[in-house]
Amino acid sequence: MPRLEPRAEASQAMRFAAPLVALLVTAGITACLMFGFGRDPVDGMRVFFVVPLESARGLAEIGLKMTPLLLCALGLALCYRANIWNIGAEGQLLAGSIAATGMALSIGPGNSHVAGLLVVIAGAAGGALWAGLTALLRDRWNANEILVSLMLTYVAQLMVLYLVNGPWRDPAGMNFPVTRMFDAAASVGAIVPPYRLNWGFVVALVAAAFGWVFLFRSRIGYRLQVSGNAPLAARFAGFSEREGIWVSLLICGTLAGLAGAFEVAGPLGQLTAQVSTGYGFAAIIVAWLGRLTPLGCVLASFVMSLIVIGGELSQSRLGLPGAITMVLQGVLLLALLSADTFVNYRIRWR
Amino acid sequence: MFSKRGVIFAAIAAAGLVGLAACGKKEEPVKPAVKAETPKPAPLKIAFAYVGPVGDGGWTFAHDNGRKAAIKEFGDRIQTSFVENVPESADAERVIRDMASQGNKLVFGTTFGYMEPMLKVAGEFKEVRFEHATGFKSADNMRAYDVRAYEGAYVAGVIAGKMTKSNTLGFVASIPIPEVVRNINAFTLGAQSVNPKVKTKVVWVNKWFDPGKEAEAATALINGGADILLQNTDSSAVLQTAEKMGKYAFGWDSDMTAYGPKAHLASSIINWGPYYKKAIKDVLDGTWTVEANWWGMKQGAIDVVSISDVVPAEVKKLAEDKKAEIREGKFSIWTGPLTDNTGKQVLAKDTTGDDKFVASIMFFVKGVEGKVPSGK
Repeated sequence: MPRLEPRAEASQAMRFAAPLVALLVTAGITACLMFGFGRDPVDGMRVFFVVPLESARGLAEIGLKMTPLLLCALGLALCYRANIWNIGAEGQLLAGSIAATGMALSIGPGNSHVAGLLVVIAGAAGGALWAGLTALLRDRWNANEILVSLMLTYVAQLMVLYLVNGPWRDPAGMNFPVTRMFDAAASVGAIVPPYRLNWGFVVALVAAAFGWVFLFRSRIGYRLQVSGNAPLAARFAGFSEREGIWVSLLICGTLAGLAGAFEVAGPLGQLTAQVSTGYGFAAIIVAWLGRLTPLGCVLASFVMSLIVIGGELSQSRLGLPGAITMVLQGVLLLALLSADTFVNYRIRWR
Repeated sequence: MFSKRGVIFAAIAAAGLVGLAACGKKEEPVKPAVKAETPKPAPLKIAFAYVGPVGDGGWTFAHDNGRKAAIKEFGDRIQTSFVENVPESADAERVIRDMASQGNKLVFGTTFGYMEPMLKVAGEFKEVRFEHATGFKSADNMRAYDVRAYEGAYVAGVIAGKMTKSNTLGFVASIPIPEVVRNINAFTLGAQSVNPKVKTKVVWVNKWFDPGKEAEAATALINGGADILLQNTDSSAVLQTAEKMGKYAFGWDSDMTAYGPKAHLASSIINWGPYYKKAIKDVLDGTWTVEANWWGMKQGAIDVVSISDVVPAEVKKLAEDKKAEIREGKFSIWTGPLTDNTGKQVLAKDTTGDDKFVASIMFFVKGVEGKVPSGK
């Protein structure tokens, strides 16, 4: 009989093998699903995992979809390493999109590159402010950051609704809950028009590089992780717990706020109630799939984007149901959680 | 370290999965173009972008029935495909552009939020025709279409006004735009036409498709004293909630009898088939032009069907008569004197609101409680 036996030490090899195993399992189940729907599994897998990457347009769209996921996931990975359970990146993203919109609408039509920059900075500040509220409540009154950050997400959602239905509603918009379209100057430009991929993607990649340096090559990153792993040891070493709370939340808020700004000032060009499709929540999965490392987050956000876009293509090309996207995201997550068992356990045959 | 995180993460992930678990129904495969013996013109490729799942039992289901009606009409002269669950976010533009780039010559977008993305894509693909439901912007190759759902809401109101015991109706409303506001008004006016004591309570869910929120709102309305519910959301959750709580409700967009046989009074349905057939015929015949189509009972786009047996025969007749009057153009819902719920007269006696008036209704009529969020 096979038995699970605790390992003496967590397996580093399994920690990095687990996501790959999860991916393989997901790919295998995808193939089975295709077969079950009466499609050629090879052809189906090609539509899912190859076709989205075949054209420059497809690659640009993957990068565009990755941007908010990656930005949020980087911030969340930092928070989780510091043992700060921020699950409100969605709210921070929305706060960023609100602040960016406020800036974009108040800048008059012009032709200055500064305008776009101001919009992005406003977004970052908005996200940081929103995360700062969570930090303040945790730091000052020891409020549980899981609950506070989640609740503040709902507050941010309602603020977006209020603004697009009320003060910021496009006067020429037939009362539909959207703002007017931003002026070109207040937008984030595409890197290679006509593709929609904008400079936000570059910012996200740079943030990932900085994230790596911060986590693994800086004193402050080291302090945060020690506080997260061993709070008592950290206290003994004189590391500040408050520093961990504030630094991780503010960085996460800034990154999520940037993500919000790049959405409204990028592909959307306006604030709507549907600015985010739950990027802040999906980024929790991305951060974990990426093993809470910056490079891992880049890869994981790529995989998640591929699943979404591949799912669309398998609908329009193969006539598969749209639920396949959610099924595969769920399978990926469950497979990863299952595979993670083998980080701390091994199988013994008796 | 990882195991403790793992536990917390597993909990969060489980919660996330519950949120992700929206339903989607199986659909027959898109049939590849049939290769005929004799060379035939290639079928017209048509794509539909849906905001919800085709299995929502309401809005998207109705659109998909329209698509199927078109297939029945045109057979292998057309080849259709669809993508469901396309959010009204930056994703919509990607999906719609992909449809245009895949050789589809006619693209339908079935929710308001696709308007700007469709406009952008329409600018790039001049040879493709774009049809946008419920919007107001057009281009050389893009036009808007909508239906007069308020006609069905009015007839449902007539039935509700006769059937209510508490004289309190409940309305689960989606997004505060004129389309929804006028449906609330029409429902109330219909009820008041047979029962002047009726008032309507409204709860907004700010979503088109969110069965959880829709059910919560329905529960709140019933607890607030409403005994008959109507909704302007996309799922059958309101009817199902009424069924569970022993109250009455209506189906909306599609015939929802099966979702709550006891609670179901009638369904106000949208029949997109006639319009989709017209639009496709326009393209096949080369007669497609930019025009706005706003179809109602007259064109067979709106109907109130499956009136329950608990509705007395004379009420049924009342509803059928009203339908006939609307169909024949003998009756207009928006006829003065009409006052809003602050007492201000919006239509003087014997005046009738034209389409421009109807398209911009952002007030509640007398008898509706509360005010339109951020409306005047």
